[in-house]
Amino acid sequence: MSLTDRVLGDRQRLAYIASQAADARLNVELETEGMTLNIGPQHPATHGTLRIIARLDGEQVVWAEPSCGYMHRGYEKLAEVRTYPQVTTLVNRIDWLGSFANEVPFILAAEKLMDVEAPPRAQHIRTILFELSRIANVSLFLGDLGVQMGAITPVFFAFRDREYVLNLIEGATGGRFHPNFDRIGGLKDDLPKGWIAETKAVMKKLRTFCDQIEDLLFGNEIFQSRTRGIGVIPRDIAMQFGLSGANLRASGVDWDLRRDHPLPMAWNKIDWKVWTHPDGDSFARCWVRLQETREATKIVDQLLDTIPSGPIMAKVPKIIKVPEGEAWVSTENPLGEMGYYVVSRGELGPFRVKIRSASFNNISVAPWALRGVYVPDIITILASLYFILGDIDR
Amino acid sequence: MMSMFAVEVPYWGQSLLRVLGGIVAVLLPAGTIVYVFLFKMMSFMQSRLGPMEAGPYGSLQLVAEVGKWLQKEDIIPERADARIFKMAPIVVLVSTFLLVAVVPFGPDAWFTNFEVGIFYALAVSSLSVLGILMAGWASANKYSLLGGLRAAGQLIAYELPMVLAVIGVVIQAGTMNLQQIVVAQNSGSIFGFDGLGNPYIFTQFVGFVVFMIAIQAELTQAPFDMPIAESELVSGYMTEYSGFRFLIFFIGEFATAGVFSLLTSVLFLGGWGVPFAWFGWTDVDSVANWMNVVGPVIMITKMMLIAFIIMWVRFSSPRFREDQLQRFAWKVLIPVSLGNIALTSIFKVVM
Repeated sequence: MSLTDRVLGDRQRLAYIASQAADARLNVELETEGMTLNIGPQHPATHGTLRIIARLDGEQVVWAEPSCGYMHRGYEKLAEVRTYPQVTTLVNRIDWLGSFANEVPFILAAEKLMDVEAPPRAQHIRTILFELSRIANVSLFLGDLGVQMGAITPVFFAFRDREYVLNLIEGATGGRFHPNFDRIGGLKDDLPKGWIAETKAVMKKLRTFCDQIEDLLFGNEIFQSRTRGIGVIPRDIAMQFGLSGANLRASGVDWDLRRDHPLPMAWNKIDWKVWTHPDGDSFARCWVRLQETREATKIVDQLLDTIPSGPIMAKVPKIIKVPEGEAWVSTENPLGEMGYYVVSRGELGPFRVKIRSASFNNISVAPWALRGVYVPDIITILASLYFILGDIDR
Repeated sequence: MMSMFAVEVPYWGQSLLRVLGGIVAVLLPAGTIVYVFLFKMMSFMQSRLGPMEAGPYGSLQLVAEVGKWLQKEDIIPERADARIFKMAPIVVLVSTFLLVAVVPFGPDAWFTNFEVGIFYALAVSSLSVLGILMAGWASANKYSLLGGLRAAGQLIAYELPMVLAVIGVVIQAGTMNLQQIVVAQNSGSIFGFDGLGNPYIFTQFVGFVVFMIAIQAELTQAPFDMPIAESELVSGYMTEYSGFRFLIFFIGEFATAGVFSLLTSVLFLGGWGVPFAWFGWTDVDSVANWMNVVGPVIMITKMMLIAFIIMWVRFSSPRFREDQLQRFAWKVLIPVSLGNIALTSIFKVVM
């Protein structure tokens, strides 16, 4: 039990003791004993190297604790020995499924310190690519959801249709996974010829994909019985644990940085909707993500229609030196709120960068949500919380 | 069966021929064809091509994979109970082979014409639980243990609705002999109309559905695949197996799917036969001899159909949770199949 003492707070320890006392008589009669199951670091359900220590009583979880850090790559420290333009290659790899979205808040923070703003066309293209990386990210989540619950077909549809989005990102930036396209003051290049028409066609395909997933998975009775009422995270608990993104909106909190934060991006120029769900269970989280993918395709469509002409790069010096100061910028990334706190001392590179990644906070609610559930529900709840290992460990 | 041969074959020769026949009739169709057909079918459902390299359109994929697995190292975990660990896959496979012994493929093409055939089939099919439990316990792995225990709970729970669904057929046919069940279906008539015979899928439709759900669970295919739930338990009771021991489990999985499909087609689809009224036959003795050749083909066609349904469900459903599965077995399937038995008995007495 030394592990229990180390990792559990007082409240959880008391709850554990209480539950043990309640089961004590039964345990004495049946002579059962608990079992500690290490799920991970190498496990098919953790898409990476997350470890979950679960204390089981039969199939029921007495307590569970995620243990992270197996994929720590030290990006905050590495950023200190890079120049500002070089940092984007690092932060690309934090949430590897929606890479472009990781670059944007860092660049915005640097721009804020330098007091430059990207021209409107660059802002538009940034927003389009941001939403495309959201679609690429969340569409894979929607497919993966089936795999976590044993339906292996949706993931093939997801990979098929994500490919179109990746091709678009590659067409515009040259990189499928790690575009490294965002520059302080604008973008590296303009959009290639024919890209807009192709993007519109792909957005139509993605909406069909969303309908397919809704039919195949969300309408399935087994899926519903596995997710409805499972892993309920109430509104106040979600706020206390610092959840963000779709996880928070699924708990009924109407909060979206794209709408609520005034950023030099194009979201406020178009008409779109923030989806929320009052239930806070696994189904709500999945449903909100599905709706957001649909909404993102509509956002992209509208942005493509209203894309202004003009330069894609503001006037910035060749060698970028960021003036002394501190800046915090966060955006609504595919996984939730992602922010960079950049401290500059007027040098070529940042003095200190603190990265606030969404998954780290989202996964921190797991011990609370996993108490008393069955082993299969561990996977459902973790899948619906949706984390990327790179985003947890950075 | 032996009447087919001109010379009298001694008993040991008959036994040898039957064993060889069993291997050819089970391993080839129930292994290769089911495997390749299902993998191609599954691939098309998932909008991909599937195996394409080994042989024309990947038809020799199973051979290639057997070759791959035979090359792998045979690992036995240090803390495993080695003897039981080695025995477990064989127990699972043997239960499949025992099952096929009573399945008739034609008027004379059977391995054993057993009077209580279906009783025997259901009894030996539950032997596989033993093998799975042995594998789960002997592996000295927590995932294996959880998988093995889940499998035991699940297979015992779904054995019951399966037996109860079969009872309806037995009442209607009035026999437990699988050969006579086939004859009863093909020589029967539905309310005087004998153009289709009387395949029990029509008159025992409830039993058919319950039986299909139960074999889905018995085969541990999705949505009842908790024992091997790869996203939770890595691979359940198979986690620690590698090389040819894993291969045996793997062949066992597909061969059992094939054999249960055979059993379903015997019980509900009329087995090897065509409606006897088409050719003016009256009973099994008047059936033409060429049915011994055509029968197995008809049988395998029906088996593929059933295997297709099993895999179709498998590839499109998420899995249940353990408690939901038990609730479904005890609160839905068993009452429904009991009601089916009551109705069947009433019709049998009244009509």
